[in-house]
Amino acid sequence: MKADVDVFANVTQSKDGSKNRVWEGTKAITAPCSPVTENRQFGSKMTDSKYFTTTKKGEIFELKAELNSDKKEKKKEAVKKVIASMTVGKDVSALFPDVVNCMQTDNLELKKLVYLYLMNYAKSQPDMAIMAVNTFVKDCEDPNPLIRALAVRTMGCIRVDKITEYLCEPLRKCLKDEDPYVRKTAAVCVAKLHDINAQLVEDQGFLDTLKDLISDSNPMVVANAVAALSEIAESHPNSNLLDLNPQTINKLLTALNECTEWGQIFILDCLANYTPRDDRESQSICERVTPRLSHANSAVVLSAVKVLMKFMEMLPKDLDYYGTLLKKLAPPLVTLLSAEPELQYVALRNINLIVQRRPEILKHEMKVFFVKYNDPIYVKLEKLDIMIRLASQANIAQVLAELKEYATEVDVDFVRKAVRAIGRCAIKVEQSAERCVSTLLDLIQTKVNYVVQEAIVVIKDIFRKYPNKYESVIATLCENLDSLDEPEARAAMIWIVGEYAERIDNADELLESFLEGFHDESTQVQLQLLTAIVKLFLKKPTETQELVQQVLSLATQDSDNPDLRDRGYIYWRLLSTDPVAAKEVVLAEKPLISEETDLIEPTLLEELICHIGTLASVYHKPPSAFVEGSRGVQHKRLPGSAGSGESADSPDTGSAAGVSEAPPAVIPSQGDLLGDLLNLDLTPPTTSGPPPAPSSGMQMGAMDLLGGGLDSLLGGDLGGSPAMGAGFGAPPTAMPASFPPPVSGGLDDLFDLGGSVGMPMGAYSPPKSIWLPAMKAKGLEISGTFARRAGVIQMEMTLTNKAMSIMTDFAIQFNRNSFGLAPAGPLQVLTPVGPNQSIEVALPLSTVGPVMKMEPLTNLQVAVKNNIDVFYFSSQYPISMLFVEDGKMERQVFLATWKDIPNDNEAQFQIKDCHLNSDAASSKLQGSNVFTIAKRTVEGQDMLYQSMKLTNGIWVLAELRVQAGNPNYTVSLKCRAPEVSQCVFQSYEAMLKN
Amino acid sequence: MIGGLFIYNHKGEVLISRVYRDDIGEAGLKAEQPIISRSVPKPVSCLKRNAVDAFRVNVIHARQQVRSPVTNIARTSFFHVKRSNIWLAAVTKQNVNATMVFEFLYKMCDVMSAYFGKISEENVKNNFVLIYELLDEILDFGYPQNSETGALKTFITQQGIKSQVPTKEEQSQITSQVTGQIGWRREGIKYRRNELFLDVLESVNLLMSPQGQVLSAHVSGRVVMKSYLSGMPECKFGMNDKIVIDKQGKGGGSEEAAKSGKQSIAIDDCTFHQCVRLSKFDSERSISFIPPDGDYELMRYRTTKDIILPFRVIPLVREVGRTKLEVKVVIKSNFKSSLLAQKIEVRIPTPLNTSGVQLICMKGKAKYKASENAIVWKIKRMAGMKESQISAEIELLPTNDKKKWARPPISMNFEVPFAPSGLKVRYLKVFEPKLNYSDHDVIKWVRYIGRSGIYETRC
Repeated sequence: MKADVDVFANVTQSKDGSKNRVWEGTKAITAPCSPVTENRQFGSKMTDSKYFTTTKKGEIFELKAELNSDKKEKKKEAVKKVIASMTVGKDVSALFPDVVNCMQTDNLELKKLVYLYLMNYAKSQPDMAIMAVNTFVKDCEDPNPLIRALAVRTMGCIRVDKITEYLCEPLRKCLKDEDPYVRKTAAVCVAKLHDINAQLVEDQGFLDTLKDLISDSNPMVVANAVAALSEIAESHPNSNLLDLNPQTINKLLTALNECTEWGQIFILDCLANYTPRDDRESQSICERVTPRLSHANSAVVLSAVKVLMKFMEMLPKDLDYYGTLLKKLAPPLVTLLSAEPELQYVALRNINLIVQRRPEILKHEMKVFFVKYNDPIYVKLEKLDIMIRLASQANIAQVLAELKEYATEVDVDFVRKAVRAIGRCAIKVEQSAERCVSTLLDLIQTKVNYVVQEAIVVIKDIFRKYPNKYESVIATLCENLDSLDEPEARAAMIWIVGEYAERIDNADELLESFLEGFHDESTQVQLQLLTAIVKLFLKKPTETQELVQQVLSLATQDSDNPDLRDRGYIYWRLLSTDPVAAKEVVLAEKPLISEETDLIEPTLLEELICHIGTLASVYHKPPSAFVEGSRGVQHKRLPGSAGSGESADSPDTGSAAGVSEAPPAVIPSQGDLLGDLLNLDLTPPTTSGPPPAPSSGMQMGAMDLLGGGLDSLLGGDLGGSPAMGAGFGAPPTAMPASFPPPVSGGLDDLFDLGGSVGMPMGAYSPPKSIWLPAMKAKGLEISGTFARRAGVIQMEMTLTNKAMSIMTDFAIQFNRNSFGLAPAGPLQVLTPVGPNQSIEVALPLSTVGPVMKMEPLTNLQVAVKNNIDVFYFSSQYPISMLFVEDGKMERQVFLATWKDIPNDNEAQFQIKDCHLNSDAASSKLQGSNVFTIAKRTVEGQDMLYQSMKLTNGIWVLAELRVQAGNPNYTVSLKCRAPEVSQCVFQSYEAMLKN
Repeated sequence: MIGGLFIYNHKGEVLISRVYRDDIGEAGLKAEQPIISRSVPKPVSCLKRNAVDAFRVNVIHARQQVRSPVTNIARTSFFHVKRSNIWLAAVTKQNVNATMVFEFLYKMCDVMSAYFGKISEENVKNNFVLIYELLDEILDFGYPQNSETGALKTFITQQGIKSQVPTKEEQSQITSQVTGQIGWRREGIKYRRNELFLDVLESVNLLMSPQGQVLSAHVSGRVVMKSYLSGMPECKFGMNDKIVIDKQGKGGGSEEAAKSGKQSIAIDDCTFHQCVRLSKFDSERSISFIPPDGDYELMRYRTTKDIILPFRVIPLVREVGRTKLEVKVVIKSNFKSSLLAQKIEVRIPTPLNTSGVQLICMKGKAKYKASENAIVWKIKRMAGMKESQISAEIELLPTNDKKKWARPPISMNFEVPFAPSGLKVRYLKVFEPKLNYSDHDVIKWVRYIGRSGIYETRC
């Protein structure tokens, strides 16, 4: 920092050093506060800039002396010097008392300077900052409203706890000041105070005063109050602070017409958080907001667009007004593109979102997105993106002509993106594919290295979209084999060679040439090479045996890369055990890639639409991805539509699309190509059974530990789905929802099955079922089961994050229930759960919680909370979980009890289709703490007498009749509390059949 | 909201730093810059320096060209704009309204220019106290407040208020103006002569293919006014907007509609100064307002239909062997012959390996500028319906650069005394019921200037 200051000083001196010296010499003549008003530039030129040059040693002492001078002018000079030093980063906190002494002045300029100093240093000198309090309090009573406002404004900026206490009274007065200037300043001050001490603000009732200000007569006061309330509300997501109802909305809309441009932004941003009750209200708000689209301030325009985009969701599509509104949105969006480049950039990022949500708005405006030669690169790249999104059969000729033009520009990134765009056009507009391919071939002829490589990468995608159509170009591609030096291009080329190996005469030679430097290639290329050679081998087995052995040994023996080795081994085994299967697997027909490319995942898109104009819309990330703390972590959603024909793309069904609809396959961006290539080669997971290892290694105690690990391992490896993609560094936001979740769910089941088969003595625990579907819980899916392990009841859950943002802060609570189940400890989710991640938790339960009889008896109502919201679900536990270990009755006691319980309490049930003999049944039941006390055989019928005890001390006695050869069992239950019989019977059935 | 605002010179040295929120500069950022470790840590100021330095290291001193005006470094977002060689950066840790931040930065530049002219290092240093004072006023806790220069100048003068303690009325006048509904105009303005200057300034943009096909063309126009009017006048502005004319045509005779309909223009979109009553425009499409005093931009608009393209550029490029290019460019003026275009400049790009250029032009002066890789042909004046031509022989050094020359488009600059969009001012009425001057007493001046925006022809 010191270095900084010196540099600063030198600059000024070397530049006009001589001048400066002269000025300093004549300081007395050109007093800084000359009463020149019009030509103030000259007046100040001779005064202010010199402060930046004073950095001599011992200067602090000089300043100290000057600050304590009697002459007012000298004092002011000194304060300016102090501020200048502060600006360049020099520590002048030592002067604190001296500067504060200058505070008592009637010179407003000096006062402002001192305040500035205070704001910077008060926090480091809290004790001395108290010295300033008196002046502040006095200034808050000043007759001049400008001074009152200044005092309250500054005081709020001094973040010292002791001061805040003194701030309350003046603030209260200022909030009710007669002058609107003071009130609008005080409104913001409440937000400042809340940031320092939220509790204090609530206790003092400032929030209510702030709410009252929404009805203030002055529009600027209203706007600032709205801004302050919105900010405070953000840190209390669930409070009803910004109580938006039709009355307040009306007030806001009235103020909207009258306040400054900034105020309009605050109000519009606040309006966007409101959800109208019905389409009529929605329309009336839209009607009052649309005039804002003609405002000169782009931020007002974009905030208005946000409100309209959101409320439009509620309008029925067949409404005339809906069409009018769509038409009205286009011109202002286009106008934003004639703003300054920085604003254009923000506008383009937002248009990108709008075009994805409602393509109809800008479909006729393609031309305005044509790139201008002098556009900054960031504008060019964004325009290109939107051009592709808007490309359609109607305009494709124009678009292609433009793209070809761009491919000859200078900026490498831009050129690459243009080439890539041509490929995307080919995939998107089928009629243009031929023209695109020929354009790409033209570009390859230019021999510009990066153009050629990019073209090859996109041609690979075109092959995947239109297989067996453009193979004639392969020859041209092969000519450029040597110039490819980027992994992505090499991998693409190798893929093409492998895929069409049967039509390329020298495919083996080509691939062999790559094999020479196998170890120097990147993993991406190595993996692709391995697959391509295996493909080649399967197609031309006779000539290429040597080659395939070479690559397999390179991949398995000489490589350290686990992915490569694994894939090598898989191929190896496939080839050696069952070449026919290998053919089916490796040469399987690939799914076609669809036209929609790089789309933002629908739920994220919805959230981003609610954040139009903000940073989130610029980054295309939800606020939680870049904002720390609780602020902005709230997830915003579009309101559901009231309209008739709109349900098809309404948000709710959209989020459930993962299961029901066929999700679009997405062309991978560079980052996750690797993951994609891997997926390509793997067959659906169901064809390969679970490896035998897990079940044998399964012991009761180790179950949980292994469970989590294995589950995710299995899910990742075989499913090749989300976990895999994430593992390869694909950005989570770019992860398409293209893999149906049931894949991993199925594996869970498989696994569970394996688990229970492997331990006949274990307690019965039902397979996991989905308790809370993701669509009901903002992306959180909970599946789970109950189990009794080593005498402890456990609730075992898999929490899966299907939303696009991280989930943290999990907690759980139970409603009162029949057996007093309650969590024995907090929910142990130590790490945040990332998107598409799942986590396994076992929650030990106690039975000492509050009791309330539920219907059905074993119903359990659960509330789970995370950083997003609180969710409720209910589940039923098997009553067998409550059977305690010491449930074995003495024979005598059993007999006595059996007789003692009245026959009315006896219940008899049939268990059908059970094929165990009585001994197996007995041992199976024993695993779940159902103890067989005696066995009697009467006329080929086995009678088992059994007892069990529930956690609350209720005994249940049972008689199980098993007849050899008859799959139907009869069970009679006797219990003093006959309500439980039905549940126990159900448990019996479940235990015996699993 | 905005957490802090910094102004840097081109070297990345801080000229102004104003921090509004504590959250910026903490954590994360520390690791990214080495400077801090050398200095003795001082708690409060240090925290702020982190953000300051992170921006310097990652943006100003970045090796690559800036790829985005918004940068995220360690969860802190930096917005920047550059004016000559001064960087203005706004910093935040929250999900702020990005559009607003940029609009604010531009506004900040406007305000500073209005106070002390050009934004240069010299001027910023000279006026740092003033800038701090302004920053305190127009940004409170990161929320932009009234930033109309007219209003600000009434109470931020750098003179201190001590000299002439204002009366209570004056004070409340100031505050009511700053917060009031008409924040852009103060009461009690008096002129002996009521005058209005209205300029229609248009810039016409064109992108044309070598074959003369219009790829895209639009006019972005501005109506800029200077008003010297007494009191609180109510103004009404009318132009040949197609929608208005058609509407009137329905009411009046069809003959009149046909007559005026010919001259009316279709405006794609327009935006207005905040003084214009937008709701009135939305419902009646009439432009009514109480004007600010002095200079301001009343409206901006954009048209794409029936644009008069003042010039047509016809390029002819022929490659003669590998070392020679022949270029012939013809320009034709396409407007009434009684009008004169001015400041015409045609810029013909040349390849990087140009070694020499021979030029022959019929009119004006042409020069090859090696440093700009272009032939610049200048003509002072040119009447309508004329044409002129330049031919050039460009000699090239032989290169083995595989890469083809990108052939940037030929661009053109000019100024014409009409509005290429066809916009005409129909009326500008002034009403001031309280003072006794009428619409007829106001002297009004109207002027049309059409300039080239990005006017390019590919070759």
